[in-house]
Amino acid sequence: MSFEVRLSLQLGEAEVAADFSSDARLTALVGPSGAGKTSVLNAIAGLLRPVEGRVVAAGQVLFDSTQAIDLAPEARRAGYVFQDGRLFPHMSVRANLAYGERLAPTTERWITRDEVSGLLDIGDLLDRRTANLSGGEVRRVAIARALLAAPRFLLLDEPTASLDAARAEALLGLIERIRDAMNVPILLVSHSRAEVERLAGQVVEMA
Amino acid sequence: MSGWLSAAEWAVIALSLKVSIVAVLASLPAAYALAWLIARRRFPGRMLLDAAVHLPLVLPPVVTGWLLLLAFGRNGPIGRWLEQIFGVTLVFTWLGAALAAAVMALPLMVRAMRLSIEAVDRKLVEAARTLGASPLRAFATITLPLSLPGIAAGAMLGFARSLGEFGATITFAANIEGQTRTLPLAIYTGLQVPGSEGAVARLAIMAIVLSLGALMVSEWLVRRSGGSRAHVL
Repeated sequence: MSFEVRLSLQLGEAEVAADFSSDARLTALVGPSGAGKTSVLNAIAGLLRPVEGRVVAAGQVLFDSTQAIDLAPEARRAGYVFQDGRLFPHMSVRANLAYGERLAPTTERWITRDEVSGLLDIGDLLDRRTANLSGGEVRRVAIARALLAAPRFLLLDEPTASLDAARAEALLGLIERIRDAMNVPILLVSHSRAEVERLAGQVVEMA
Repeated sequence: MSGWLSAAEWAVIALSLKVSIVAVLASLPAAYALAWLIARRRFPGRMLLDAAVHLPLVLPPVVTGWLLLLAFGRNGPIGRWLEQIFGVTLVFTWLGAALAAAVMALPLMVRAMRLSIEAVDRKLVEAARTLGASPLRAFATITLPLSLPGIAAGAMLGFARSLGEFGATITFAANIEGQTRTLPLAIYTGLQVPGSEGAVARLAIMAIVLSLGALMVSEWLVRRSGGSRAHVL
């Protein structure tokens, strides 16, 4: 099982519920803006505590309210690519990449820095300050940083949003390659029908 | 320069610098911890803690000095304990002057640090956590370095405030030459003695130079971090 998610979240006044399980390599989470898709990703990553429910990713129970299981974010090993990148502004690209890599157990690493560098074409960016990167570069570095932390599963929040067509296309190709070559389940939040149809083995609709 | 100021005047300046530097360095960790608590934690009594930290800013300094006397005096609960366990006396010593300066500087230091901690995007801390960092590591690698300009600015402001401390110091630590007679106290003392106008003027000029220097350094640190002055004060 790639993902098994059944949870309810309280976000201020609003309530968000999600209930799905998927065996696909890449599962897409779709729905209108404000449906709480990002909140579901946050809950899976451990950044938001559900009122109740159960979250399993890549075979590991991350949260279960009936068994009082609630792993800390750092123990969940989510490769979370945030929509806004969230690169550390006081570090170079190289230091950003090394951040999670250093903390990952060596035995669990499944991709090297050279491989990531080649895959995402970021070799030239390593010594740059993150403030000087373009939107597409930020996205690529954020993905690379997540992959190097040896995640057990990936959470991608609208990875192609605000990218031009050519950049978006390149990134989709890359996600396809990660999906087919790596043994990590991917949960993708997307607004684009075409993108979802092309990538996803299973589509989860949120109302 | 050394001919311009008498040996006694140099001693006053040296004592002032010692008192202020010790006051700032000793209260820095506490100030940062308080700033972090107020900026990042939600707990019952948070408002009260915030108010208590700011109290020396609005209270008459004499009252702060009197409160210190009650708590840290020879017969005060903390003062008696310090004397019995460590043999340390604060009243009428330069350490007491440093304590008074630290308490008076604390609100300014906490304020600057708190604002710089609040300016650190929590989302970056979350990102660090998902990458495998424990809360402590995320703090040490993200929050702390990103709030460094606020720490430096807060320290400089606290230093300037300590340098000028008068009311709480004279109340708690008294005005003892070589022990607690810092710059402002020496100027005040000079004003009471006929014929020391020259000494008063020289010490006042030194006070202006030192304070201006501290303010400029803090301003520069804030500018360098991209913040505005309103950010800190």
